[in-house]
Amino acid sequence: MRSHATTLAAAALWGLGSLGAALAGPVEDTLTVTTDAGEITLVTTAPAPEHLRDVFDTIYSGWHFREDETRDLERDDFDNPGMVFVDRGRDMWNAEIGANGESCASCHGGPESMKGLRAVTPRVDPESGKLMLVEDYINECVTERMGREAWGMTSNEMKDMLALISLQSRGEIVNVAIDGPARPFWEKGRELYYTRFGQLEMSCANCHEDNWGNFIRADHLSQGQVNGFPTYRLKDAGMVTAQQRFVGCVRDTRAETFKAGSDEFKALELYVASRGNGLAVEGVSVRH
Amino acid sequence: MMRGLALAAGLGTASALAAWAGEVAPKDVVFEGGAIAASLTGTPGNPEEGARIMTTNALGNCVACHAIAAMPDVPFQGTIAPPLDGVASRYSEAELRGLVANAKMTFEGTFMPAFYKTEGFVRPGAGYTGKAPEGELAPILTAQQIEDVVAYLMTLKD
Ligand code: HEC
Ligand code: HEC
Repeated sequence: MRSHATTLAAAALWGLGSLGAALAGPVEDTLTVTTDAGEITLVTTAPAPEHLRDVFDTIYSGWHFREDETRDLERDDFDNPGMVFVDRGRDMWNAEIGANGESCASCHGGPESMKGLRAVTPRVDPESGKLMLVEDYINECVTERMGREAWGMTSNEMKDMLALISLQSRGEIVNVAIDGPARPFWEKGRELYYTRFGQLEMSCANCHEDNWGNFIRADHLSQGQVNGFPTYRLKDAGMVTAQQRFVGCVRDTRAETFKAGSDEFKALELYVASRGNGLAVEGVSVRH
Repeated sequence: MMRGLALAAGLGTASALAAWAGEVAPKDVVFEGGAIAASLTGTPGNPEEGARIMTTNALGNCVACHAIAAMPDVPFQGTIAPPLDGVASRYSEAELRGLVANAKMTFEGTFMPAFYKTEGFVRPGAGYTGKAPEGELAPILTAQQIEDVVAYLMTLKD
């Protein structure tokens, strides 16, 4: 809240209104998406989860911080450039790519069988005790059940499949577990979130907790939520996963980043996802 | 990086080497409170060059966070930090030098990066490559660039 007051004051005092910087806070708007199966309204603002109450009253999807044109692209699956990748994911789902001709479909049936998964991952696998991203579940099938080489964490195959699987949970409320076996991972993620990395000595919190709503040059800082991921990023003209976004944000602090899929970034994804507990999975969102 | 380049370019010319030798290295900077009394180079700063550094992404990029009404042509000035107009009426040259070199000596824990510091970072990288640095880390701005920025800031009087 403090940041909003500062921004408004800044705009008024220094005559920046004309630059558009006065549009400080999240845009008030509702995200209703036209899909093949009718319209669905997504929860893009929610009361902050219990563990964040001393920091935020309300949490917002990054969608609220983007320009009108970018927000509009997410209102209709026909306009959403991410849907192309979902379609590619569906082809791969049905393709008999396993060493013995298995496809994802031959074990799981339709992709609808994945409904709900995105909303509760990252999560600790009860059998192995490992923290699992959706990407890890995908690779487990690819290697152990289909006898193939693991897909690269940010390869096209991986991102297409992630897009397809995430879309099955569109509209479901993010609810990752942070207690029990998840706790140590969550705590590690939280520690990373507040660590000031790199030569610029910036933490995730410096930008997305202390300064959301403010402008860092032309970039309108959001709360850095991951409920929209994977996202179609207009700047990159392609899909970006949460893990990739973390790489980018840490690199921008003039730091040596962790790798996508590293233990560090997996823990961070759990923690960041938990800051969005209460927002809807957007399936494939659109950002700039 | 930048320092390496400067060194390489200067090799062989005696005067460049002398200028280099006259610089105060980041490790040797003496702060009094948050201020640095003496010039880091002995060469007066160039305010025009300072303005360029402050608005160039890969250099100071001060406008990412600070608005400066005296630079009306620079679009998308940040709203993170206090505006810099009139800053030379609020601070002395020594205080401004200290603020640009390492604002954390003035404002503990501030979000503002230290532009003339080479140690004490968590996982510093080689610029914006995301990779580990090879060899010694260079400060974000050179000593002379700090002086140039300070020279520009000194023009921002109420
Ligand atoms: C120097 C500032 C800065 C730092 C530090 C930073 N980010 Fe970001 N981040 C941005 C900007 C700018 C954007 C793009 C605009 C936006 O959505 O906020 C962004 C976007 C994001 C997004 C996408 C949100 C969306 O809905 O599209 C996520 C997720 C994110 N950041 C997470 C993180 C995490 C996690 C960290 C720490 C590891 C971090 N950021 C550190 C500046 C930063
Ligand atoms: C990432 C954000 C950021 C960047 C980049 C940045 N600053 Fe700052 N700066 C701040 C913040 C925040 C403050 C306020 C100090 C505080 O309370 O923490 C500040 C304070 C200052 C002050 C004191 C202003 C006052 O009125 O008290 C000066 C002078 C200053 N900065 C100059 C610069 C210059 C010159 C550059 C570039 C070479 C720069 N800053 C880059 C964030 C930044």
